[in-house]
Amino acid sequence: MTPIRLVGRIVLRIIGAVGAVTLFVGRGLFRLHPFHGRALAGQLVQIGWLSLPVVGLTALFTGAALALQIHSGGARFQASDVVPAIVAIGMVRELGPVLGGLMVAARVASSIAAEIGTMKVTEQIDALVTLSTDPMRWLVTPRLWAAVLTVPVLVAAGDIIGIMGGWLVGTRSLGFGSAAYLANSAAYLESWDVLSGLIKGAAFGLIVAASGCWWGMRSGRGAEGVGRATKSAVVAAAVGILAANFVLTGLFFE
Amino acid sequence: MIRTVGLHKAFGPKTVLAGVDLAVGQGESLCVIGQSGTGKSILLKCILGLVAPDGGQVFWQDRPLDAATRPDFFRRFGMLFQGGALFDSLTVWQNVGFRLRQRMPDARARALAIEKLARVGLGPETADLMPAELSGGMAKRVGLARAIADDPEVIFFDEPTTGLDPIRARRINDLIRGIVTETGATAITITHDMDSVRAIGDRVALLQDGHIAWDGPVAGMDRAAPLAGFLGRS
Ligand SMILES: Nc1ncnc2c1ncn2[C@@H]1O[C@H](COP(=O)(O)OP(=O)(O)OP(=O)(O)O)[C@@H](O)[C@H]1O
Ligand SMILES: [Mg+2]
Repeated sequence: MTPIRLVGRIVLRIIGAVGAVTLFVGRGLFRLHPFHGRALAGQLVQIGWLSLPVVGLTALFTGAALALQIHSGGARFQASDVVPAIVAIGMVRELGPVLGGLMVAARVASSIAAEIGTMKVTEQIDALVTLSTDPMRWLVTPRLWAAVLTVPVLVAAGDIIGIMGGWLVGTRSLGFGSAAYLANSAAYLESWDVLSGLIKGAAFGLIVAASGCWWGMRSGRGAEGVGRATKSAVVAAAVGILAANFVLTGLFFE
Repeated sequence: MIRTVGLHKAFGPKTVLAGVDLAVGQGESLCVIGQSGTGKSILLKCILGLVAPDGGQVFWQDRPLDAATRPDFFRRFGMLFQGGALFDSLTVWQNVGFRLRQRMPDARARALAIEKLARVGLGPETADLMPAELSGGMAKRVGLARAIADDPEVIFFDEPTTGLDPIRARRINDLIRGIVTETGATAITITHDMDSVRAIGDRVALLQDGHIAWDGPVAGMDRAAPLAGFLGRS
């Protein structure tokens, strides 16, 4: 095979895969009738509520570490008093959505892929079809919407907890006054900073749920197949989040 | 009523179905036997479109069974999967009443589900268990209850008695026979168990090397040379 052919074949593959995933996500999101409300409610709890501890802890430690870093780094150019503002902007625009998204990817993409993959290899997906129920609407749609709706909420919670992490460090060991710290946090924060982070959260939620569902539905046979699907789902979700973050940051702030 | 013409399926280099022609008439009970791994389950899945065949056609009531006719078909259809295929996230009664819940309140679906569980020999105390809490044989019977829950006109049973003790197996055979004769349902049953064939089959077909190697009435199978191995007189 000539190199040009090889490149051509790879490009075609990639275009095909992107098309297939787009179609899959589009179908999953917008074919809403019949709508399985009970399944959505269950997923809102699974994906949103139960991820809160992980995302909260991640944000807390990140905000705290950020405050320490900026304090010591900022001291080099006499800027340590902007710690609260930079922690707030850094959390809200970047670290809240990205780290929150990555933690959700680890927790949720894997469990979705494992659950759907297991259903596939134990013929439960086939059984759904014979019971006149579309697996896309029953399994995929509730998960996609639950993630799109809850991850921004998780990001918002993470933003607040992260800023509080910075506040804890700032007031306990960096010598800030409590009220002054909070006032400085809010002073430089614009609403677009917050909103852009929440939009990122929705996009990352979609990426997480979509890769879990996609790989789960394509799981190979047996326990090995499910294991491979789970691994692929987490890797795809994490890489997808970081790539999407770069693209969205460019769109929002350039 | 259901007819396959030249069904073909290969996985990579391995041909599983090499032109299967099979027909089952209205109200008839057909048993399909064959060695493990010959493609009996795949045959059912190709008929249902769960696995896309590489070639051949399936007809239902003389119309092609395809994307257009399948929704109608599935509404009158029930299937027991080889491994039970119960939904892990739902309780036993929610599994059995899965289809019923789509068109009636939960309380009624539950009552009907408990009735169907009783038919397969499971008491009402099983209704609220999760599938993970069941033994293999129990899961199979719950799967059977789910298959018959909505009084289907066409039923596929993939190894209904495998993994059951002989007494339960006989009860399940009687149950299937009863359903098929009472409701006039059309049934295809896959089995390794010749007692099952005798109990529930009108006709029996042997799947071998991707073809139907023998096909005839159950009454005549004792004289059929190709079935000798299955009947234990090799
Ligand atoms: N998705 C698949 N990919 C590759 N090979 C497959 C796949 N599904 C089934 N096979 C192969 O097809 C063959 C037939 O499988 P099938 O499950 O139909 O066997 P069976 O006749 O039902 O056997 P048993 O009596 O053990 O249930 C097997 O050899 C199996 O390995
Ligand atoms: Mg089988």
